[in-house]
This record gives sequence, C-alpha cells and structure tokens, in this order.
Amino acid sequence: MHILKIISRNSLRHKLRTGLTVLATAVAILAFGLLRTVIDAWYSGVDASSANRLVTRNSISLVFPLPLSYKEKIRQVAGVRIVSYGNWFGGVYIDEKNFFPNFAVDPATYLDLYPEYVIPSDQREAFIRDRKSFVAGRKLVEKYRWKIGDTVTLKGTIFPGTWEFVLRGIYEGRDRNTDETQFFFHWNYLNENVKKTALGRADQVGFYMIGVVSPAVAADVSVAIDGLFKNSLAETLTETEKAFQLGFVAMSEAILVAIQLVSIVVIVIILAVVANTMVMTARERLGEHAVFKALGFTWWHVGGMILGESLLITMAGCAVGIALTFPAAQAFVKAMGTFIPVFNVDAGTIALDIIAAIVVGCSAAVIPIYRAVTIKVADGLRRIG
Amino acid sequence: MAESSPPPLVEIRDLNKSYRRGSQRLQVLEDITFSIFRGDFLALMGPSGSGKSTLLNLIAGLDRADRGTIQVQGVEITTLPETDLALWRATHVGFIFQFYNLIPVLTAFENVELPLLLTDLSRRQRREHVEVALSVVNLSDRTDHYPGQLSGGQQQRVAIARAIVTDPTLLVADEPTGDLDKVSASEVLQLMDRLNREAGMTIIMVTHDPRAAAMARTMKFLDKGVLSNAHP
Repeated sequence: MHILKIISRNSLRHKLRTGLTVLATAVAILAFGLLRTVIDAWYSGVDASSANRLVTRNSISLVFPLPLSYKEKIRQVAGVRIVSYGNWFGGVYIDEKNFFPNFAVDPATYLDLYPEYVIPSDQREAFIRDRKSFVAGRKLVEKYRWKIGDTVTLKGTIFPGTWEFVLRGIYEGRDRNTDETQFFFHWNYLNENVKKTALGRADQVGFYMIGVVSPAVAADVSVAIDGLFKNSLAETLTETEKAFQLGFVAMSEAILVAIQLVSIVVIVIILAVVANTMVMTARERLGEHAVFKALGFTWWHVGGMILGESLLITMAGCAVGIALTFPAAQAFVKAMGTFIPVFNVDAGTIALDIIAAIVVGCSAAVIPIYRAVTIKVADGLRRIG
Repeated sequence: MAESSPPPLVEIRDLNKSYRRGSQRLQVLEDITFSIFRGDFLALMGPSGSGKSTLLNLIAGLDRADRGTIQVQGVEITTLPETDLALWRATHVGFIFQFYNLIPVLTAFENVELPLLLTDLSRRQRREHVEVALSVVNLSDRTDHYPGQLSGGQQQRVAIARAIVTDPTLLVADEPTGDLDKVSASEVLQLMDRLNREAGMTIIMVTHDPRAAAMARTMKFLDKGVLSNAHP
C-alpha cells in the first residue's frame, strides 16, 4: 500500500512533466486506436462475409460481364441452395462527393442471401413489387434524410442516363460490421432500360451470388461451377465471398501496410517520450533510490517503484486516449461519410491499446531500473547534497 | 576469579579498501583492525578524503571491502549476498545522514514508518512504534508534516526517529550535524547522547566537528587510510 502511495505521489512530483507525458501518450494511443480501426474498417467486408456464400465472376476481370443464362445452369449444381445476381451500377447522387455503393440486384433472392440486412416484411414486399423501387441502409437514409416514398435520382456512369428510384425499404444491419450505406434496386429495371439504349449489354450480369447448403461443399461447388463454363466465351471464377472481399483488400495492401507501419511508429515515438521522462525522473532520484536500498529495500522494491510509476503514467495516458478514441471515431465517420461504411472501435482495438501502453510502460522503465539497481548504495548517497 | 570481558559487537580485521581513479588505484583503508563494544559511542575523525565515510559504509554494509573481515554480532557481513545484506541492514543498522535523506513525498510519520514496512509488524504495531520514535525525538506534533515543511534540525530529528524505529543493533551517523546551525546541531547531539546513555544504543559517528566528537565516549582518527586512537 505504501509503495503504491509512493508511486502515485512520485508521479505527481513534476506535474507539468507528467501532464505532458500523459497527454503525449493519450494522443499516441488515440492515433494508434484510430489507425487500427481504419485497418479493421478495411477488413470489415471480409469480416462480414459468410462462409455459405460464393461469388462467381468473369475469370478475366470483374469488369467483364457474364451471361444471365448461366443462372439456371449454376442453380442445378449440387450443393447450390440459391442463386442471385447483380451489377455494380456506379451511379452518382447529385455529385461525385456523395459516394455510396449502389447495385442492381435480383431483389428477392439477394435479400434471401443476406439475412444480415434486416428489413421489415412490408417494406420488403413493397420493394419486391415495385420495379422502380430501391432499398437503402439506415446510415445512408439518415445521411440524406430520405423518407419512404421519396424519389431519388442517380446519374449513371457505367450505364449512362438519369435514373429515378423510389425508396420502399430501409434495412438495418444485424451485426455491428454490416454495411448500412448500400443502395439496392431492381436488376430488371436496369436491364429493361439497357435493352432500349445498348442492346448488346442486355441480359448480362456483373456477378452471381450463390448460397450453398453448407460451407463444407463450397470448394466442390466452386470447382463444379467453373467447370461448367470452361472453354466458353465467358469463363468464370468462383470463390468464397471472403476470398472475393480479400481480393479487394489486396488491391490496397500497400496502403494498409503503410497504415500499419505508421501505427507502430506512433508507439515507438511515444516509447521514446515516456522513456525520456522516466530516465530524467530516475536520474533525479538516484540518491533517493540509494536511501531506500540503504534502509534495506531490495532491488525489486526500487525497480517496482520505477516500473509502477512508468506504468501509472502510460496507463493514465492510455485511459485518456481510449476515452478520446470513441468521440474521435464518431467525428471521423462524420467527416468521411459513406466512404468508410463500417468504422467501429472494437474490443480488440482497445485491447491492443492497453497492450501497447503496457509494453511502452515496461520498456520505458528498463534503463532507469537498470541504473537504479546497479548503482552502489555508497555511490548513490554521494550524489545527495 | 578474573571477570571475562564481553565479546565485541563489531569486530574488524585487516580491512582494506581501494578505489580506481583512472588508471591508478587509490588505497583508502589499509589493514584496519579494531573492535566496537555494545553501548559504545565512537567518533571517527580525520581530514577530508581520509576514508572515514568509506569505513562507516563498510561497517554499515553499504559498500564492499577489497579484503578483510567485519563481524557484527558474530555475523560476517562481508560475505553476505546483496539481498541478505539488504535484509541485514534493515534489521541491524539505523542510518543518520548529513543531508537527512528523507523522502520528500512522504510525511514525517510515513518516513519513519518506511523501515518497518520490511518487517512483519501489523499496521497498528507500526503506528505504535512510529509514535514512540517520534516522541523520543520530540516531534509528535509534526507527524503529518512533509520534509519541506520542517526545519533542518527537525528533519534530522525525523531521520533519527527513522533510524531508531526498528531498534537497530548499530546506529551509524555520517556528519549528522554537518548541515545544521549551532542550535539544531546541539539538539541533535544531545539526542544522540541520550540514545546512547539512556537506551544503550551503539553509535558510530563520522564527524569533522570537535564539539560533536566530544559527545562520544571513544574517538578514533583516520589519516591516509590508517586508524589511530590519538589525534595525529
């Protein structure tokens, strides 16, 4: 108890120095937490993917379409439970800064494949019935203050023209990592218009989403589907939804590595700051440490006091940093809009914050403890006066 | 029948200590041999750099000798491992330093209590011991004061209370009046004298001050590492 009292009082001896170190640690933990959350956000699509879903696309590239006629053939493959399909629409709402993902999909099958999109049954029915309708995620609807029945116009980029849709449903994510910023409308609506303007692009889909009866058959189903279309004009590549999402993440791997490096650099910098504080503190107190040792306190008492002070300062900074991470994440989401659809500070990030603070606290105390422990009592006492 | 004399409390034999200064080795203590008996009050005098403090540190187990032996109550302290030596110091030695060496973030009470934290005493027993020690040094009314709120003399008295609170075998004092004014120095010396005469404490004191040395029962002089009973 006394040792804890000494540690806490010692840490407040130089209030300004301690305050600045706590502040620096808090800022570092905040930055570390946000950077880790950005990385998590990047992987949110991967985390949200289901082992029961496969994605089939053109084997050359995602930008090349597949014939709609594949749908029935895929459905007949053993292990396939449900087949849906869709296109990346790439429409722009008012102007390009209002980015959100928008897809043309087969409504009923698509919603069946995604039980994590929770939508009231009457809205679901209304969406399926109305060919010009769309459903959107809660965050997207809230951002643009749309209401059920509102007409929303998108400017087509891949599919030129002005496209009008009526909001018939709002889905909410079942899980924390479900993307609530997406916009889904009828693929038939898209296809009928394409037939009028660009007949050659009609009856083509960008991807098939396939539900399998169990994750165990996913590999066999993938092989079987790709085998069906081997040597055809549009060969397919079928992979799990997770692998498909990881493919997107891999495209930005360099950025992710850079963010990870920066997050580590932040911790190294704060380690230097805390170590500097602890070295100064311990140097000033070498005489006191010698007194403790003269009185019979052992090296681990003295080392414990230094370690305790270092941990107290870093953990105080860590607590402040974690407390600031949540409002900062909210502000970040607000600023980023729908560019980062899922941005949740999860328990893993908080655990990493705490581990980082403990590592910094312990590492920063190593040199001061070594000096305090190795100095001879008589030499330490000579430093007083 | 002849009365046998009691065994010495501290027995020092052929003690040598040197320091390395650059490439040279400086002999500080040379074949020091003497004994200290229970209840003695020894003043160690000598010019600066004569090795007084070094000898005191060796007797108190704060430093290691190059050669020779130091036995305190029959325990050979020169061969004790570091952790055992720390435990031995906590049990057997009370320290009084020139600059008091109180912990500034602890109150007078907490400073005096420090050595007792290494014992098995209960909180209540510790409190009782500390209160007795502070009353001996006449500072019962300053228990909650921090060192910075006390005068130099009061701080040294707190340091004495800290030194005696464990009822040590030896009280070692390194220039205990060196940083005090005349009045405070006199109070401290009288207190040490009382501890020696009334409580029978064995005291070894290093000092430059002849008035302080006059309080002691025995005086020894160190000069160029050699100990003698008479002023050189």
